Amino acid sequence: MDPVFLSRIQFAFLIALHFLLPAFTIGLASYIAVLEGLYLWTRREAYLRISALWIRIFAVSFGMGVVSGIMMPFQFGTNWSRYSEITAAVVAPLMGYEALMAFFLEAAFLGVLLFGRKLVPQWVHFGAAVIVAMGTLFSAFWILAANSWMHTPAGFEIVDGRFIPRDWIAVIFSPSFPYRLIHTVIAVYLTTAFTVIGVASWYLRRGRYAEEAKVMIAMGVLLASVLVPVQAFMGDQHGLNTLEHQPQKIAAIEGIWESGPGQPALLFAIPDDAREMNHAEISIPKLGSLYLTHDWNGYVKGLKDFPREDRPPAVTVFFSFRVMIGMWLVMLGLTVWAWILAARGRLYDTPLFLRVANWAIPVGYIAVTAGWITTEVGRQPYVVYGHLRTADAVTPSLTGGDVMVSLLAYIVVYAVIFGAGAYYLVRLVQRGLPEDAPHLRLDQRPARPLSAATPED
Amino acid sequence: MALDLVPIWTVILAVSVFMYVLLDGFDLGVGILFLLAPDDDARDTMMASVAPVWDGNETWLVMGGLGMFAAFPTAFSIIFPALYFPVLAMLLALMFRGVAFEFRPSARTSRRLWNRAFFGGSLVATFAQGCVLGKFVFGFEVSGRQFGGSVFDWLHPFVLAVGVGLVFGYALLGSTWLIMKTEGDLHDWARRKAKIALFGVLAFIVMVSVWTPLMHEHIAARWFSWPNLLWFSPVPAITALLALWLWRSLERGPDAAPFIAAMGLFFMCYSGLAVSLFPYIVPHKLTLWEAAGAPEGQAFLLIGTLFLIPVIFTYTGWSYWVFRGKVRGDAGYH
Ligand code: HDD
Ligand code: HEM
Ligand code: HEM
Repeated sequence: MDPVFLSRIQFAFLIALHFLLPAFTIGLASYIAVLEGLYLWTRREAYLRISALWIRIFAVSFGMGVVSGIMMPFQFGTNWSRYSEITAAVVAPLMGYEALMAFFLEAAFLGVLLFGRKLVPQWVHFGAAVIVAMGTLFSAFWILAANSWMHTPAGFEIVDGRFIPRDWIAVIFSPSFPYRLIHTVIAVYLTTAFTVIGVASWYLRRGRYAEEAKVMIAMGVLLASVLVPVQAFMGDQHGLNTLEHQPQKIAAIEGIWESGPGQPALLFAIPDDAREMNHAEISIPKLGSLYLTHDWNGYVKGLKDFPREDRPPAVTVFFSFRVMIGMWLVMLGLTVWAWILAARGRLYDTPLFLRVANWAIPVGYIAVTAGWITTEVGRQPYVVYGHLRTADAVTPSLTGGDVMVSLLAYIVVYAVIFGAGAYYLVRLVQRGLPEDAPHLRLDQRPARPLSAATPED
Repeated sequence: MALDLVPIWTVILAVSVFMYVLLDGFDLGVGILFLLAPDDDARDTMMASVAPVWDGNETWLVMGGLGMFAAFPTAFSIIFPALYFPVLAMLLALMFRGVAFEFRPSARTSRRLWNRAFFGGSLVATFAQGCVLGKFVFGFEVSGRQFGGSVFDWLHPFVLAVGVGLVFGYALLGSTWLIMKTEGDLHDWARRKAKIALFGVLAFIVMVSVWTPLMHEHIAARWFSWPNLLWFSPVPAITALLALWLWRSLERGPDAAPFIAAMGLFFMCYSGLAVSLFPYIVPHKLTLWEAAGAPEGQAFLLIGTLFLIPVIFTYTGWSYWVFRGKVRGDAGYH
């Protein structure tokens, strides 16, 4: 087997599973901070109970996020050593800042957030929640800076075959970075919002925790009402920016083969890389040009304009993009429905809505994974767009057999660990909120730091 | 280039790796002792003693890895491919032991499974790290600026022996940590285990100190030539004194003394390693300067590092302080 291909599969597998957790924990950390803050402000016990539930869930998800994250930087050393040698001066400091600004911060204050409620004054506990939330956002900032630079490299020179940074502002704020950061952060907040709504709906359907569940649904729907529309706008802006910097990717996303004005929007098609055409096309004339160029007759380049060896695989990119948009439509539908029900005063007691909202928990996770597949596969065959091909980035000493063994080992271990993690998360949800709000007992020292997944009450 | 940043990056990397070995060393050590513990209540206490801090401890591993990636990328891209399988084993093992912290308390029927995962994960991760260390001393095949050997080069008795040695080493850190953090039966039990671990550690220190110079002429010459012999003689002397102090503090004395002495022992071994290998980062093939990355990258990260490391020490210290004192196994559970 080809070590390059297997290494790509391995990387994609590990990063996609890693990202499922930040996609939830970044939003959840902020949500917990908001809940703790609201409690401090209003002294309404419901907030504290909701927070206690989500802190337990956060503990398990964050733990899984950390262990799956530890895998990631080592992948660069083990499987992508050529890449590491060539891009180190640019990419490694960005990740180094992630460790210095985010990972240590999260780790230190996480202990206090999870186990310290009884050991520190309440405002310190709230502060720890805010700092953990900031840490997760710093993580996103730096890692997306690194990733965006790989998509739209800027601010560097190539000297003796290596990337040498010349202008750090240009490196960090590479052309796609602002769009990618905003779009991704909104995405993870949406993912969390729909998870919270879904869990609360499940409680309501079973008649449990009515007061708290309503608070959760209201908060989730309010957030979604703002972010769902904004996400479409930001996605469009992101796409326009990509059209400027990575036109092949957009051509693949849209399934456009021939360059020309007045391109259609394809609702469905099966792109065929070998024959350079689409099968089973269903399209709306000229709409593609409208949203890509904001002009009915705008000119858009097709894939045939690029040499075959520079084109991304169109099928994957085409479908994953549509999956993302599809998930957005589901989110939009749910949000609008929630408002209609709320206007009639029936938001919390319409069984069908609660059931659908419950089933919709995965939408965010599916959308972010599909979005990333679009982005990353659309960058192929380059790992640093336009400069370093993926095939030249891999570790030269690796054989296909080596990577096969490691990939299988990862798959087996991840199946066990993510399977168990999902099971325990569901169980935590089923166990529900603490009976009464966790009280503050400053007098008890030494208290036993428990795992946050155990009851504190 | 006005300023040579290699020495300062050498110090940062050395500190990061050492912080990792000490800090994750004690919580991996607690994991290694986990199945030997007298009962499940003791295991609750053992895990509780490290649960609030393990994540921060492990972050030093990330820092060490990324520090090497940023400052010595050529070493990074030689050493990691050479250690493909030990690193794989380490990562997967760390995964099991990390999630065990969160899964074990949630588990009802599968609690014993997560006990084993915590123990097995800690043991395998430690052994794999020992192999990484052993292979590092043993040396790498290099062709051009990339690794030139096979991924099975690390299968050598010396490398495996160092792996076993590190298991005893972390067990020593873990047991002395427990002496400091626990009371009663568990505390007494930890004192007994620490003695066994100390024997193991001393045996390995002697073995490695004899084997390494026999294997590498450079290293023999470094230590046993005149006047180096004189300059470096404090290293074995202080090591011996520390071992003696550690032994006596296991018999009686303040509860924190064994842990401090064990850290001292690690520090001396680490210094000995530095004496043997300096100025190489890929031993006997590439020096720190030859493996260094572009100064532009080093400089940019350095600014943040110099500023942030003190901040990190401060808040990490604070979080240890919040959880200071003895851990009890009974309060607040159920
Ligand atoms: C909740 C998740 C979510 C939702 C509802 C959407 N997206 Fe998205 N999208 C992402 C989550 C995401 C992402 C996972 O965050 C990506 C992957 C990389 C990135 O920058 O963001 C992404 C990438 C991404 C890209 C690729 C950019 C590139 O690689 O250069 C485009 C063009 C869009 N999105 C456009 C949209 C549009 C027009 C949407 C709605 C109408 C939309 N996205 C909804
Ligand atoms: C978090 C979400 C991410 C997901 C789901 C994701 C997904 C993927 C996928 C599917 C591939 C395989 C593409 C292919 O081979 O056709 C890939 C490759 C890769 N991505 Fe990402 N990626 C993510 C983030 C990142 C980030 C943040 C970085 C870097 C800092 C990164 C760096 C890479 C590298 C180095 C490769 C390997 C080379 C390649 O095959 O292109 N990715 N990723
Ligand atoms: C190749 C890409 C990536 C690498 C090398 C990487 C590396 C890591 C590492 C080492 C950790 C563990 C930190 C610790 O020890 O505490 C971690 C956790 C984390 N990562 Fe990633 N990561 C990548 C992709 C991403 C992306 C794309 C995001 C978000 C946009 C992200 C956000 C986080 C967050 C928030 C955590 C904290 C744990 C959690 O929330 O579950 N990472 N990552």
